[in-house]
Amino acid sequence: MSIFITKDTTFIIQGITGREAVNLTRENLDYGAKIIGGVTPGRRGRDVYGVPVYDSVKQIAEAHGTPDGSIVSVPPRFTRDAVFEALENGIKLIVIVTENIPRGQVAQMVELANLRGARIIGPNCLGIISPDEAKMGGMGGPAANTRQAYTKGPIGVMSRSGGMTTEIASTLTAAGLGQSTCVSIGGDAIVGTTYAELMPYFEADSETQAIAIYSEPGGRMEAELAEWVKTNNSRLPIVAFMAGRFMDEMQGMRFGHAGTIVEGKEDTTSEKIERMEAAGISVAERIEEIPDLLRKRMAEAS
Amino acid sequence: MPGLFIDVKVADEAAKDTEIAKKLVEVCAVDIFAQNDDGSLRVVEENLDECVLCDLCVDAAPKGTVEVVKLYES
Amino acid sequence: MRFYEYESKALFRRHGMPLGEGQVVNSSAEARAAAEAIGGPIVIKSQVLSGGRMKAGAVQFADTPDEAAAKYDFVLPIEVGGETARSVLIEAKSPVAHEYFVSVTWDGRRKLPVLLFSDMGGIDIEEVAETHPEHLSRTHFSTILPLSERIAKEAISSVGVSGGDLNRLVPIVYKLMQVFLQYDLTLAEINPVAKLEDGSFIVLDGHVDMEAEARGDHKKLLAELGIGDDETRLARPPTEFELEGARLNAVDHRGVAGNVVEFDGNLGLIIGAGGGSLTLFDAVRKHGGKPANYCEIGGNPSVGKACNLTKLILGKPGVEKIAVMMNVVSNTRVDIVARGVIKGCLEAGKDPSEVITIFRIPGAWEDEGFKILEKYGVEYCDRSVSMYEAAGRAVAKL
Ligand code: SF4
Repeated sequence: MSIFITKDTTFIIQGITGREAVNLTRENLDYGAKIIGGVTPGRRGRDVYGVPVYDSVKQIAEAHGTPDGSIVSVPPRFTRDAVFEALENGIKLIVIVTENIPRGQVAQMVELANLRGARIIGPNCLGIISPDEAKMGGMGGPAANTRQAYTKGPIGVMSRSGGMTTEIASTLTAAGLGQSTCVSIGGDAIVGTTYAELMPYFEADSETQAIAIYSEPGGRMEAELAEWVKTNNSRLPIVAFMAGRFMDEMQGMRFGHAGTIVEGKEDTTSEKIERMEAAGISVAERIEEIPDLLRKRMAEAS
Repeated sequence: MPGLFIDVKVADEAAKDTEIAKKLVEVCAVDIFAQNDDGSLRVVEENLDECVLCDLCVDAAPKGTVEVVKLYES
Repeated sequence: MRFYEYESKALFRRHGMPLGEGQVVNSSAEARAAAEAIGGPIVIKSQVLSGGRMKAGAVQFADTPDEAAAKYDFVLPIEVGGETARSVLIEAKSPVAHEYFVSVTWDGRRKLPVLLFSDMGGIDIEEVAETHPEHLSRTHFSTILPLSERIAKEAISSVGVSGGDLNRLVPIVYKLMQVFLQYDLTLAEINPVAKLEDGSFIVLDGHVDMEAEARGDHKKLLAELGIGDDETRLARPPTEFELEGARLNAVDHRGVAGNVVEFDGNLGLIIGAGGGSLTLFDAVRKHGGKPANYCEIGGNPSVGKACNLTKLILGKPGVEKIAVMMNVVSNTRVDIVARGVIKGCLEAGKDPSEVITIFRIPGAWEDEGFKILEKYGVEYCDRSVSMYEAAGRAVAKL
């Protein structure tokens, strides 16, 4: 099983003729994705690796039926409109790849998605992959690289960094631990789906036996996860890797993603580590410790 | 300044053909080809190392007339 | 990106919020003249971005123009959180009857803006939240429904404010909400908004933060407020090295090879991407290494960009060697980075095999990349060597 996507999930790519989107199309098709169309206004009638291009989401829905999902890869200024277009045409799963979107606009997209009963992953993310099943987004890059790093198995992965998702998956794979679904949730201060919001899905997925997360300074997402785990008495052991420990000494400086700035004590890694450990989440200091910690925690749980 | 890592060799007859030259300028995403005033082809040496090895130039010209050489393989 | 108090107030004034008389001054003579123009008791406030101004003594009061000039000289050199005054704000001192707190910020959990209001203004709001939670209201509001005064009214009345005070506060709070959304702020705060003895309300102190991502959308406002493009407004101003890094990153649009932050160590770092850089920087420090810089490469930068970044770092005084490391890459290409870094070393007159301690970038096009590294005798490794181990090997070579 997997969460969010399966072999049969259909999706479209908004902004399909852009440089990054062309790559995404190729990589996702090679991994077996069912991409039923793409949107670039004014380019109707063209195709990208055999995927037909339309002027609007509505045209795709009329020609092929409403797709399950959409990857949005358009410049920041046009992203909100593209996401609204997807939502108003009934699409329920949206992966936003674009970065540098002001959070006021992200909030608007999330609010409309909530009203429409849809889910947003990102922005500033690489999307979702369920190894051997499907991939929706840039995770792992070209299909061959993706297959090298990601393999099927019992670990769910959630990460604020797209690149580190692949590093973690690759480390798990090398240690013989496959992944059920990996979600790159995005590096911004406001994202469509947080760790805590993903947990119920992993919880309900019988294939997932444990969770690995990549986290970093800034925001309250780890605190929210810690609370969720405590209140819901989660069956899933969690191992977290915490990067950016040096930033604790450097309040107000910006490193890494937009969401990582340390503005107050709650944003620091030491505070986050404390909260997570108090909730029973194991915190690894190095990536290579994750597999053993997971094995140990899974053995204890069973 | 020639490339450290990449060289692109174009046969004379292809370089003189303005149509082929035009096509090569079009396909290369990293501006390794340019056209002289008379329409003939010029290889832009300072951009050679940006080559992404996509082979679009090789495919765009008559077989065997364009060759992309990896200097680090010799 | 934080605004100074005088900039925040200039923004508030444009939106018709009530403010007292005031003037920004840059010499004691100007301070005297401003005090004369105001006439009567005045406040002298150091303009710094850090909090804790009052405690540090950088806010003073005066009754005469001469006293104002002397107090100007007094506050000017005072350090607040390591920062000295950018300029000094001279304002009329108003007779205050009561102080309120109002603030708008983002709630990353609810993914909505949240309006905080308290009738216990002027003091630390965290303290109010702990000791008098009933005096602090938290009201979330929509970003897609039209903004309305109703939200402000609910927030203010729920801490017990009623009568004429409620009706006078509503427009001020409503305007703050408007400003917050209109200018992509991450914080808009007034502490305090004061009720004066004559029953009128004014904004006594306030500050705003604008989201860095939105700067491009508000160029006109920033220019009018006199905020320059090169003002990052982070905890410290950018160094020459960092500004040069930003310039080099801007030369072409392909990928990122920048976000350089200067440190004073001897090991230059060419690392990426966002999360990978944080991970690797920690790893180098854990091994006792002294980084000369932080940086990020990602999004498949051009060879030229990676080359320029390498030259910049190698040219930094005190840098002995460099380490080139990333997480497993899928979009950025190993061979392109390898070319750029080697080229940068050669153009800087260094032998890549000497100066590069380790090259650990596994992933897309790694076979091609490893061939290049082999040819130039650079030590490299694939994904079987962890990021942590790679950092250790780099540090061991110094
Ligand atoms: S291989 Fe591609 S990048 Fe290289 S010269 Fe040919 S067209 Fe340009």
